[in-house]
Amino acid sequence: MSEPFEPKIVAFVCTYCTYAGADLAGTSRMKYASNVRIVRLPCTGRISPMFILKALQKGADGVLVSGCHPGDCHFAQGNYHARRRWTVFRALLAFTGIPEERIKFSWISAAEGAKFAELINGITEEIRSLGPFEQYQELQTVIETQSTY
Amino acid sequence: MAKIGVFICHCGENIASMVDTGKLVSSIAEHPGVEVSTEYKYFCSDPGQETVKKAIRDHNLTGVVVAACSPRMHEQTFRKACAEAGLNPYMLEMANIREHCSWVHTDMVEATEKAIEITRSLVEKVKRNNDLEPISVPVTRRAMVIGGGVAGIQAALDIASAGREVVLVEREPSIGGHMAQLSETFPTLDCSQCILTPRMVEAIQHPNITVMTYSEVEEVDGYIGNFTVKVRKKARYVKMETCTGCGDCIQKCPVKKIPSEFECSLGNRTAIYTPFAQAVPNVPVIDRSRCTYFKNGKCAICKKTCQINSIDFDQQDTIESIEVGAIIVATGFQVQNTAGYGEYGYGRYKDVITGLHFERLASASGPTAGKILRPSDGKEPQTVVFIQCAGSRDVSKGVRYCSRICCMYTSKHAMLYAHKVHHGVSQIFYMDIRAAGKGYDEFTRRAIEEDKAGYIRGRVSKVYEENGKLIVRGADTLLGRQVEVEADMVVLATAIVPQPDAKEFAKKVGISYDEYGFYNEAHLKLRPVESSTAGIYLAGACQSPKDIPDSVAQASAAAAKVLGLFSKERLEREPVVAMVTDSTCAGCWGCVEACPYNAIDRRDITDRNGNLIKRVASVNPGLCQGCGTCVSFCRSNSIDLAGFTEKQIFAEVMAL
Repeated sequence: MSEPFEPKIVAFVCTYCTYAGADLAGTSRMKYASNVRIVRLPCTGRISPMFILKALQKGADGVLVSGCHPGDCHFAQGNYHARRRWTVFRALLAFTGIPEERIKFSWISAAEGAKFAELINGITEEIRSLGPFEQYQELQTVIETQSTY
Repeated sequence: MAKIGVFICHCGENIASMVDTGKLVSSIAEHPGVEVSTEYKYFCSDPGQETVKKAIRDHNLTGVVVAACSPRMHEQTFRKACAEAGLNPYMLEMANIREHCSWVHTDMVEATEKAIEITRSLVEKVKRNNDLEPISVPVTRRAMVIGGGVAGIQAALDIASAGREVVLVEREPSIGGHMAQLSETFPTLDCSQCILTPRMVEAIQHPNITVMTYSEVEEVDGYIGNFTVKVRKKARYVKMETCTGCGDCIQKCPVKKIPSEFECSLGNRTAIYTPFAQAVPNVPVIDRSRCTYFKNGKCAICKKTCQINSIDFDQQDTIESIEVGAIIVATGFQVQNTAGYGEYGYGRYKDVITGLHFERLASASGPTAGKILRPSDGKEPQTVVFIQCAGSRDVSKGVRYCSRICCMYTSKHAMLYAHKVHHGVSQIFYMDIRAAGKGYDEFTRRAIEEDKAGYIRGRVSKVYEENGKLIVRGADTLLGRQVEVEADMVVLATAIVPQPDAKEFAKKVGISYDEYGFYNEAHLKLRPVESSTAGIYLAGACQSPKDIPDSVAQASAAAAKVLGLFSKERLEREPVVAMVTDSTCAGCWGCVEACPYNAIDRRDITDRNGNLIKRVASVNPGLCQGCGTCVSFCRSNSIDLAGFTEKQIFAEVMAL
C-alpha cells in the first residue's frame, strides 16, 4: 500500500497580517496540515513572480500568496500592487504551462487565525488531489540529458 | 566563510513535546556553514541568552538562527543579545517552530520534518544577511501647529512649556476657533470666552510660541524630523508691529453692513475689522473685496484716522519658509449647511436657525447682547423647538455618523433659554440622548427637571409657517401619535462636518482622510493622535467630531508625541530600508510612483565639471518604511530591500 502523496506547499506571507494570523492560529492551538512552509516578507508588495516560479522549480507542488485585506495594508498600498501583479501573472501562467490551480492568492488578517488554518487544510487537499507537480522535474531531466556541457 | 550558530529552544514542553529537538540539532549540525547546533529549555531566559552570547564569542559566529517562537515575539530580545556579544544585531533570524509548527500539528514525525526544513531555510537566509546600522536622522526640534482653535492652542502651550519652539498658524485674523463663538460650555456652563481668552493671550505672549494669524499653509515638504513648510502670510493692510488695537479705524469705517462671519450673519461688521472684540492678536484686517479704497481708490478714512500711521494699503502677501520637525494638524470643523433639508425650512424661514446661531444669540457679546430674539422681527420667542440629529445619523441624505456634541448643546440651549426667557417653553425632538461624558447625564437631567425642557422622542417631518408662527409637525413615538407644535423659533442641531477644504488640505500636507473628509489616525483604537504619515499628528475635531474636553485631551496627547520625538537630537530608525544600485538604475521612476510614502527621490549624478551624467532613484532612509513594493517593481533589479534582499529570499525558498 503506497503512502498517500504529501504535497509540499510554500506560502509567501506578509509580516503584519497573514504571518500574524498564522501566529494566532498557533497560540489558539488550532490544528492544520503540516505541508505548508511559510516564507516571511515585510509586505505582499515585496513579492515577485520569480519567487513563485523558483518555489515550484525547487519542488513545491503548490504556492500560496497571502496578505492584508485590501485597504488594510500595513504599508498602505503594497497589497494593491500585489493584487495587480497577480492578475498579470495569472494570465502568464497559461503561457508557462503551469496550471493556475497550483497557485493560490488570499487575504488573511492578523485576527483570522481560524481562516488561516482552514485555508491551509483546504489548499493541501486540493493540491493533493492535483498530484505532484512534476513538469519542472521533467524539464530539468530533459535539459540534463540533452545538454552538451 | 559563514559560521552560523543554530539555537533550538524547547520552550519548556511547548516545542519539545511535538518536535524531536535532538533530531533537529543533529540534522542541522550537518548543514554546510553551521558551526554550532545546540538546544536548551528556554533560550529567552537569562542563562539561555548567555549561552547564545558565549557561543558567538567562543566560535566567532557570523550569524545566528534561533529556532523557537515567532520573531514577532522575541526578535528584539535576541537582537539585543547578539549586539551585546559583539555581533551585528541584524545577523539574526528566528525560525518559527512553535506557532507555526509544534502548536499546530499533531504528528511528531511530520512536525520534526517541517521544523528541520524551516530552520534550514533560515540558515540559508542568514548567511546572506548584511551588517546593518540603525539609520540616524537629525530632528529639527521645532513644531508647527496648524489651526488656532482650542485644540491647536492647547497643543502649542504644552509643547512650548516643555521648552520647545512652536509656530501656530491660523487662517482667520484671530485665534480662538469655534470655541470663541460659543456662549456657555457644557456641562459647567462656563462662559466660553472667559475660559478661552486667557489661553489665547498666554499663547500669543509665550516666548516659545510664534503665532501667525491670517496665514495659510501653502506647501509641506520633507519628512519626519525635517519638514519645510511654506506659509503664506496674507496682507492685513495693517502694520502688526505698530498697531495698538485702539479700534478708531473700525469705528470710523463707513462700510458698516457686511454680514459678520463670526456672528453667523446675525450681526454686521465693517470693511476694516477684527472678527470679535476679544480677538487675539487685536489687530484689524481690511477685507479687500468690500473696502471702498481697494474698489475705487476713494475713502481711506481708516488711514487718516490712525494716529500712528499703521494702515498700509501697499502691503503684500509674503511667503515664509519654516523648518520644523513635527506638525500637528488641528484644523477643526464647520457646521453643515442644512438647506438641503427642505422639510426643516432652513434658509426659507428666518427663524429656523442652527445651534451655532443660537450660541451667538445667547452670547453676552453677541449681536443681541445675550437676549434670545427672533432674527425676523427681534421679538422674544415664547416657544422654541429644538430638533436634534438634523443631518447626522442619516443614511439617505446627510451624514451617517453621530456628531457627538448636539445632544449636549441642545440641552444646554434649552437651559440657557429657560434662564433668559422665564416663561418660555422649549420642546426638543430627539432620537436618543447621548450624554456619555463626565457630568453629562446629570446636566441633561437638570435641563429636564429644573428647567422644564420638554423632550419628545420622535422625528420632525415638516416645519412650515402659518399666521406668523412656525408649525413643527413631528411624531411622539413614546405616546404613539403625531404632534404639532407652534413655535416662534426652531433651532436645528446640525451635523458637524470637516472644513470645506479638508481634503485638499490633507493632500497638501500628505495625510489621508476618510470618506467624510475627517483625517485618518494611524490606528483607531491604539494610535488616535498619529496620522498615517510619520511626524504629522492630529488633534481635535478635524479627526472626528468631539467636544472640548476630548479636543483638549487629544491636543495634549499629540503634544506628548511631539515632545517624545524631540527628546533626542537624532531619530533612530530600523534599517530595513530599500537601497538603489546606481550603476544599473535606468531612471524609469517606477519605484518613485510605487512608493506609498514618497520616500524615493530623483537624484542627479554629475561628473566633476557638473555635467549631468544620469538621473537615478534615491531612497530617503528617513522615510522608507521597508515594505519592498519598489523592489518588485524595478524592471532592472536595481533596488533591493535590506533584511529581505533578493538573495536572502531566494536562498530561503531554495532551502525548503
